[in-house]
Formats: sequence, structure tokens, C-alpha cells
Amino acid sequence: MIALLRRDLLLALRAGGGFGLGLAFFLIVTVLVPFSVGPQSDLLTIIAPGVLWLGALLACLLSLDRLLALDFEDGTLDLLATAPLPLEAALSIKALSHWLTTGLPLVVASPVLGVMLNLAPGGFVWLVASLALGTPALSVIGTFGAALTVGIKRGGLLMSLLVLPLYVPTLIFGAEVARRGATGLEAGTPLTLLAGITLATIGLMPFASAAVLRMTLR
Amino acid sequence: MSGVSFEVAAGAALILRGPNGAGKTTLLRTIAGLQPPLSGHIAGAHETIAYAGHADGLKAMLSVRENLDFWAQVFGQNDIEPAIAAYQLQPLQDRLAGTLSAGQKRRLGLARLMVTGRPIWVLDEPTVSLDTDAVALFAAAVTDHLTANGSALIATHIDLGLDAGSLDLAQYRSAVDLRIGASDEAFL
Amino acid sequence: MSLWEYANPVKFLSLSARLQPFLWGAAALGIVVGLGWGFFGTPDDYRQGSTVKIIYLHVPAALMAINAWFMMLVASLIWLIRRHHVSALAAKAAAPVGISMTLIALITGAIWGQPMWGTWWAWDPRLTSFLILFLFYLGYIALWEAIEDPDTAADLTSVLCLVGSVFAVLSRYAVKFWNQGLHQGTSVPMATGGRTVSDVFFYPLVISMIGFGLLFLALVFYRTGTEIRLRRIRALIARSKRNL
Repeated sequence: MIALLRRDLLLALRAGGGFGLGLAFFLIVTVLVPFSVGPQSDLLTIIAPGVLWLGALLACLLSLDRLLALDFEDGTLDLLATAPLPLEAALSIKALSHWLTTGLPLVVASPVLGVMLNLAPGGFVWLVASLALGTPALSVIGTFGAALTVGIKRGGLLMSLLVLPLYVPTLIFGAEVARRGATGLEAGTPLTLLAGITLATIGLMPFASAAVLRMTLR
Repeated sequence: MSGVSFEVAAGAALILRGPNGAGKTTLLRTIAGLQPPLSGHIAGAHETIAYAGHADGLKAMLSVRENLDFWAQVFGQNDIEPAIAAYQLQPLQDRLAGTLSAGQKRRLGLARLMVTGRPIWVLDEPTVSLDTDAVALFAAAVTDHLTANGSALIATHIDLGLDAGSLDLAQYRSAVDLRIGASDEAFL
Repeated sequence: MSLWEYANPVKFLSLSARLQPFLWGAAALGIVVGLGWGFFGTPDDYRQGSTVKIIYLHVPAALMAINAWFMMLVASLIWLIRRHHVSALAAKAAAPVGISMTLIALITGAIWGQPMWGTWWAWDPRLTSFLILFLFYLGYIALWEAIEDPDTAADLTSVLCLVGSVFAVLSRYAVKFWNQGLHQGTSVPMATGGRTVSDVFFYPLVISMIGFGLLFLALVFYRTGTEIRLRRIRALIARSKRNL
């Protein structure tokens, strides 16, 4: 399992691996927001938590089609399916490496972008906390979407269509935490619910992803 | 396909022959456990089988050694030196797999079998893009594997010079065309 | 004789052919009587005026939008567990009907909401939930269309339907948490235990709901039959090619 994680991280870091693409996308989307809504800082303060969450979600989504497609094309998935490692574990590791290369950098970068969007001072802790708790769920759910569409030629757009509705609960609770935190309201309840969703998806989604992948590999 | 039945003993190999589309790949994938049989059954656990298909599962951005190391670790083995030696990959071991020629990639893909430590090799067209010398290396590796009480099931068109039985799949062409899926028969 | 015998495509087609005339007839009767009585035979509401009468379209459509997804869930489970082709095809056949019902519910809701709330659309929990349901239907149908092998398509869409159902319920609660909403309480007594509309409105509503339910059944039988015949033709073409 550690071998698979190390290989995926190594691949992401080497040329053409796509490490940092999600982060760059997050940066650009956030920078474009003031151009589209205007530079008034009080307006930006209001929308900052939501914009940052939406940007993080889209950045996660965009890097998903690389998650399994490359391994599918070069036959690695066939070989992994016959390896002693259960496919559920392999997919959990894949989701983890996706989170480490996409989700975690977003969490780290979000305060900087928060400053640029004039996020309220009290909101930074909650923004980082909500992203740290919520992005793993995005990676795990995204792995399911990637497994569903990996056998389909040009399945990227279809995958977005399938994955985005599944992201709704995570987005609602995550953005709610950031929003309530930024306006000084109590944010413990949505944070707990967000943690619940993340833990449940980490525990259950790999089984659905593996089942779907076995069907595709047939 | 229908009516195919065979058994491969430990220490023995079986060569599968048959025209394109006879169902060799389907049969081998089924045996490797990648797809369920439409009917019939396969004795022997999937956990004893090392499968090598048309694609080698190599990463272009990893070196030869890193590729082998990865698969060795996935299969719980440590020693990749015999595999490197058997396919004469020493001079290539630090090159990125993406810079190898097709035949060199194939050699690396076949070397992967040796690091799985599994007794049954299921190989689909292993000699594609190999030159004569590399085919000899491959035949030697298979012979060694058989001597060590392993067994092999190989679909190929060329003569490997192995002491092995062969089975022609052409005669088992079934009444059902697999391409439309046997399930569609239910609608007739 | 077991119910599962109708999982045989040929048996299903003959049953469907016998049932369909009654289903279409009863559905037409239910909808004509329900809507006719509802539109012309009931008094205007003292507060909502004649606008309220759109309820006879809105509520049955919304009900069937949810029930269609539920039926797809059951059919998907049957396919995954017992691998009956008719079940998978019935789920496939129900999806476009379900998405149409969802659209009808959304559009009639907007038409009803405009004079009542002064806006065509509000991010009310119920409206939002239906919008999310609409997205789920869209993804499900798109996945069916994208996969060539019919059995793989049936497998993958079934799992999507299962996972989607869980997330749809989750979204429903998430959306409730997110916004408390201005939608009026449910008009269907089963859900609340007490009736929130009076009898004059209630009976035509029930008849209309039954009519929509029967219409859904008739459409699903019809469309499943089409799908079965499509697969039959494919199998026949393949067989004749082999025999050449």
C-alpha cells in the first residue's frame, strides 16, 4: 500500500504529473472573481467563503480524470486488480494521493487567497478547518466518479455531471462552516456534520468505487 | 467459446493457439479473474496467478528499477535483481521507462512476472515486439520458472521452443458470438 | 407460478401487451376526471384564488418524480442481485419519465410561486431538492447513453442509482439545514398524519395522483417493451450475421 502511495506521489511530482495544476487553477479562479463581481471589499468579504469553497471544489474536480484514466490506459489497473492488494485499498490509496497532491495544497493556500478576497479576520480558522475536513470527502467521492467513467472515451465531462450532484452535501456543510465562521456565528454543528460526511464517505465509498471498477475492467 | 477444458500441472506449460478473435484474450482474462466466466468454472485461486496482458502497466516517468520495485512491493517481494538479470536489463535500469524501445518495454513487462513470486503465469501474446534474442531470454525465463515447479499458460503465435503441450482454440468456436454478449440470447 | 417468471423478456412482453390497454385507459380517466374536477369543479381558494388549482398538476408530478427514482432504485437492486434483464431495462425506461415529471413539478412550481411569492424561483429547500433530483436524473441518463455494452451500462447505472439515492437523501437534509424555506407544508396526508387541505380540494387531487401513477406505469411498460424489442432486434441481427 505504501509502495502504491509512494509511486503515485512520485509520479505526481515528476514532469507531466500534474502536481500543482489544481492549485494553479484554484488561484486563477479566485483571482477572476473580483473581475466578475467588482472590487468592492465589503461585497468580497461576504462572498469570500463561498467563492473559496467553490474554487477548491472545482480544482478537485478538474484533477480527477487523471486519477484512474492513465493507469487504465497503460494496463496498471488490470495488474492491480490481480495483485494481492484489495482493489478497495488500492482505490483508497489513490484517493489519498489525490488529496495529498490536490486537496492539501488547497487547504494550505486558502488563507492567502482569503486575504486577497478580504475574508473577515475571524473566518480564517474556520475556512482552513472546513477545507481540511471537507476536501478528503471530495477526493473519495471523486474517485467513485472516476471509476464510473474510466472505461468511457472522453468521459471527463460526463464525470463532472455525475460527480457534481454528489458533492452537494459536502459543499453545503463546508461552505456553511466557513460562512458562519466568517460572520462570527456558531459553526460547530455544520462542522460536525461535515466531519460525519467525510468519515462516512472515506469508510464506504471505496467499496462502491471498487465494485464499479471491477465492472469496468471486465 | 464453448466446451474448452484443460488442466495445467505444476512444472508444465500450455501454449494456446488460435486465429484472431478466437477468444484467447477473453479466456486468459477470465482465468486471471478479471471477468467472471459466462458459464463453467475455473479451479485454482486467482491469488496464485500472475497475469500479463497487452499493456505492461509501466509508468513512463519512472525508471526501470522503480517500475520493478513498485510491482515487487505490491506483491510483497523484495529482490528484483534476478528479474533484471534474466532479461538483461542492467544497462537500462536507471533509464526512464518512457525512453525505452517497444521491445525493451516488453522485456521490462515480462520481468515484472518474476517479481510477483506467483506460481502460475498467464501470458497474453508475450513475445509481441521482442527480437529473436529477447524471445530466447523469455523462453529461458519460462523454462527456469517451470523447473522451479511453476506453471505457465501462454497465448502466442510463434514457436518458443518450449517443451509444452498446445491447445488450438479454433475448434471451440461456439454458437454464440461473444461480441454481442451471450446475455442477448435471453431476448430471443 | 412465481412473480419472477415475468423477468423473462418474452413473458414480460405478453403481460405488458395485455395490461397496457387497461393502464392507458385508467390513466386517461384518472387524469381527465382529476384535472377536470380540480380545475372546474372546485371553488377558488380564499387566499390564493384560482392559482391554487395548479396543485392538481404540481403535486402528482412531484410525487411521481420521487416515486420514479424509488422504482429505479428497486429495479437496480433487483438487477444487481438477481440479474434480470427486464429489471435493468425497466430502470432505464423509467428515468426519462422521472425527469419529465421532475421538470413538470419544477415548472408548475415556478408558475404557482410567481403570484404567491412574487418570484419565479427561490432557493427554498423543496425547490432546491427537486433541482438536485433533476441533476441526478440527468447524470443517470447520461451514463446509460455513454456506455456501449448494455450489461456493463446496467451494472454501472445501478450502482450510480444506489449511491445517488444515498446522496440525494443526504442533500435533502443538507438543503433543509442550509435554508429553512417558504414552501407551504405538504398537501399529502400520509406524510403529515393530518390533512392540510379540505375535502373539496383533496378528492380530485387523489384522483389526479392515481391518474399520474397509472400514466407512469403505462409509460414504463411501454418504454420497457421498446427497450426489450431493441435488444431482441440486436440479437436477431447478430444471429443472422453468424448464420451467413
